[in-house]
This record gives sequence, structure tokens and C-alpha cells, in this order.
Amino acid sequence: MKPSSLFIYSKNYQNYRFHDDHPFNQKRLELTLDLLQEMQIIQEDHIAEPRYATDEELSLVHDLQYIKAVKESGYSEELLPVASSYGLGTEDTPTFPMMHEATSLIVGGTLRATELVMSGECDHAVNLAGGLHHGLRGRASGFCVYNDCSVAIAYLRKHYDARVLYIDTDAHHGDGTQWSFYDDPDVLCLSLHETGKYLFPGTGSITERGDGQGYGYSVNVPLEPFTEDDSWLESYTSVVTQVARGFKPDVIVTQNGCDSHFLDPLTHLSCSMEIYRQIPKLAHQLAHELCGGRLIATGGGGYDIWRVVPRAWTLLWAELSDQPIFDNPILPSSWTSRWQSTSPVELPDRMFDQPERFPFIPRRAEITSKNKSTVEKALLYCPRG
Amino acid sequence: MLIEDIMNRNVVTVKPTDSIRLAMLVAAQQRIRHLPVLDENNKLVGILSDRDLRDACPSKFECEQNDEIYNRPVSEIMHRDVITAHPLDFVEEAAFSLYDNKIGCLPVIDQDELKGIITETDILHTLVELMGVQYPSSHVEVEVNDQPGMLADVAAVFKQTRSNVTSVLVFPGKHHGKKNLVFRVQTIDTRKIKTALEEAGYKVCWPQEPGGAI
Repeated sequence: MKPSSLFIYSKNYQNYRFHDDHPFNQKRLELTLDLLQEMQIIQEDHIAEPRYATDEELSLVHDLQYIKAVKESGYSEELLPVASSYGLGTEDTPTFPMMHEATSLIVGGTLRATELVMSGECDHAVNLAGGLHHGLRGRASGFCVYNDCSVAIAYLRKHYDARVLYIDTDAHHGDGTQWSFYDDPDVLCLSLHETGKYLFPGTGSITERGDGQGYGYSVNVPLEPFTEDDSWLESYTSVVTQVARGFKPDVIVTQNGCDSHFLDPLTHLSCSMEIYRQIPKLAHQLAHELCGGRLIATGGGGYDIWRVVPRAWTLLWAELSDQPIFDNPILPSSWTSRWQSTSPVELPDRMFDQPERFPFIPRRAEITSKNKSTVEKALLYCPRG
Repeated sequence: MLIEDIMNRNVVTVKPTDSIRLAMLVAAQQRIRHLPVLDENNKLVGILSDRDLRDACPSKFECEQNDEIYNRPVSEIMHRDVITAHPLDFVEEAAFSLYDNKIGCLPVIDQDELKGIITETDILHTLVELMGVQYPSSHVEVEVNDQPGMLADVAAVFKQTRSNVTSVLVFPGKHHGKKNLVFRVQTIDTRKIKTALEEAGYKVCWPQEPGGAI
């Protein structure tokens, strides 16, 4: 019997590393896999190796000149003179040795996930190293060198002629992926994020609806800072359900950034672990309802790598591998004790957050009502079912 | 920034003797709302907006067809007292002129010759660019005393953290004697900037921890 889900993983994912103090830290993948193993919800036969993306595959989305600059930057001790015009060598996206190879492996991981799902070897595939949604056609941006989501979607269009629903729930707007398919009516990019009024990248307004033939096929739900679970989930459920049923995709690609949690240091949303249980649950249901189960899940942002990311992505895997987590189990003490000595913060002992730890939000009513009106406007011109 | 940097140089115009029918056709075809009217010496003698054209037309509810109106010359309905701008005016002067006079466009005139046109849409587009939102960037807001040199002092902190600022706006502050400086910064991680600003003694209004007030 085919497995419902496969998990794409390689130790070499750790090579995507800018420097020791950089907030984007793939150690979170190791922490997550270890937690999954300790909870005994992943076995060896669930894990598949990624492959490298070829230059031809990368060029489905990226400029050849840019790919060349990334390659050269990874081999050069000095910063190339052209680096900054490609967004490389900045504070956000510094260059590092073999950066082309390290990123190609991540993109290849998402492509592998795509192949496994489309060939029917599994229903869903998860590549948590991916989700590099800020990568632009000819420019690195926001910790992302190549955009694995865009490349995988372009690959799905080219090789399978599939209609793709892309759901991005990172706290930052999925700008790179959106711009890749802004005029394509066969790719619907849906992003729920903290409003760009304050947060990087500044885009993702409700009025970004796509262009030309693709008008109505970009859907943006910019939420107010300090939005909490109830309002976040109400917005997510209502938009995603209606849009997915209206669009009728052949396959769903999700970006599962988990930086909307109140402990995340880079954003200002105030959600708890509960949303990371609900996000994959709905995507999972819709994949079975609308596209024969075909679902490709990627990772994304997540900068509290100790307290937030391992739990959030464990909930994602648990849902997609049909082992959903109920109640509020205690985390295996073997996991907590192994990592506590390296962690600068106290590790959580349970899967879900204790309500008394949430910060008080002074303008809850205004935030909720503003989000409601945002959802109404976001749904005005897109397919709805 | 000067008007000549952002004005539209391909101006669609009509003659005073042209018919209202022709003017309506031109406006619809070119998808524009304002038509400067030039005489035989190419001198600006008036302006027509889409509203002037609509006002001149018979009502939809009129039972009898009266096509004669469409043949009348535009000189009968154009505004003769035209408010104009000069290519060397600043964008902010033009913006103020549009706002103050409650109008939608300014023909740009140099030595009696029509050089271009600037509309509220052009101004808004420029404003969007000036605010720097077309680059991926984050919002950083600092409250400072309303006194000379504050902007330079805060800018020095940005330099020290090697942050690339894409735009700066200065607002009157919420509190007496204060001003708010708003920066769009090309970074996804503003923590270093926030810490540096706070260490330098500034009050950072944004970014804030969850639980803060917007």
C-alpha cells in the first residue's frame, strides 16, 4: 500500500547557512525530525532523499544571469562587484560557500516532492527545507536565494499542465511566488500574512489581484499586527475554502512558514500553536475533496527555532501522515532533555501553548473587525465556490 | 523632484473648433479624462474634462433624440481660466495646486508652449515611488524631538547598522514638541536596527512586541 505522506530530508540541507548569527537557521529541521522520531510518528520508510535541481529547472523561473551570479558568489572569497544588484551580499542574504549547490538541493527537494506526488507514489509530500518564497526572478531577497515554490509550480505547469493552488501562510507576504505567476490564470496564489504596512516585504495588499488573464488569480489577505488565533483562523478558513472550491485545482502547494506565532522575533502576529494544527488540517481536507489528495507542503519562515518551529512542523507532518494530534500531549522528555542544554530559552513541555502565556492584546475588537472587512474585500474578484 | 521628470509629454489635445462629438471620441479612445484645447498658434486657450463633456450632453432620460448638441464646438463648454504648472515646479507644488484648487490635472506650460501634462494619477504614482514601497522593505518608526539635526542623528544609526533605507517620511508627532520619522528599510530582520536605535536613546514606535499598541 502506498504511504499517505513522504518526508523529504537530507543532512546536507544544513549547508544552506548564511552565518552563525543569521536568523534563518536550518538547525530547526534537525530539531523537527528529532521530535518526530521521538514521538514515533515518522519511520525510516517515510523519508525520501532530495535531488539537485538542474540549471534548466531553475531557469523555469530565474534569469540565467542571476543563476550565474549565485554560482560565482559561492566560489568567490571576495564579494562580486555585481552582487548587490542581484540582492546578494546584503545583511539579509549574505553570500556563503557553495550557495548555488545548497539552494539547488532545497529546490530539488521540492521538485522531488512534486514528482512523488504527481507520479502517485504518495498522496502528499513534505519538504520543510523549502518555502523560500521571497526569491525573485533575478534577485535574492529576504533570506531566499532561489524560489523553490515558484520552480515547483512552473514545473507542474510545464510537465503536468496542472492547475495549481498555492496557499502561503507565512507571516510575510509570498511576493516572489506571486510575481512569478501574476498573469497566469492556471496558478492561483493565495497568501495570508501580516500587513505589509509595517512588515517586510511591504507587498500583499488586497488590491494585488493579478494582471491581464491572471486578474483575480492572486488573492491577498493582509492581517493586522497582533491578530490572534480566532480572527486568524476565521479569515483562513473562509478564504481558503471558498477560493479552493471555486478554483478547482489539480494539485495544492502549501508554504508553511510558522512565524505568525507570538514568540516569533521577526513578526507581530499573536497566534498560538493551535493555528499550526488547523492550517494543514483544512489544506489536507481540501486536497482530498478537490484534487485526489495531491498536496505538496513546504516549510518557510520560522525564527524561534527552539520553541515554535519543531512543534509547528510536527503538527504539519502529523496531520498529513494521518496521525493528527489531539488534546495537549507532553513532549517526549528525551527530546527536551537532549536539546535543553544547547537552547538559549526554556523549551516547552507540551505540544500546545498554555493560555496564560499569551500577551494581552489591547485592541482586539478593532483588529478582528478590520480583518473581517479585509477578508470581504479580498474575496471580491477571485473564483469562489 | 521636478514636474519635467514625471510629466507626460505626449499630450492629446483638441482645437476650439472641434466638435463635442470628436472630443468625446478622443477621450474615450485614449482613455483619458482631460483634454487641453489649443488654438491655431498652439497656444493653450482652455481645458475640457470628461465631466464638462458629460454635462454638455442630453440626459439619458430625454425622450427626443437631439444629436445637434454633439456638433457644437468645444469652445462653448471649455474652461478658459486654466491653472497650469511649469516644468521646473516641484512635484509637491503641483500636488498642492491640484489639492487646493480641487482639480484633476495641470497642463505644463513653458514660454506659452504646452510641454506636457500632469494628472493626479501621475502624482500618486510618484508618491508611491517616493515612499519606497516598490522595494521589499520593512517599516521602522522613531519618535524624536522637533529640533534641528535629529534626522541626521537617526540616519547615522542606520549607517552604523549597514541598513539600506529606501525612503524617509517626517510626520508631526502624536505628542507636543515631537516628530515621527518613518523609514522603509531593505531588510526582513529589523531587530538589530531597533536595538541600535534604543541604545542611542531613541523611542522606537515600530517594530513593537506582540501586545503593544499600534
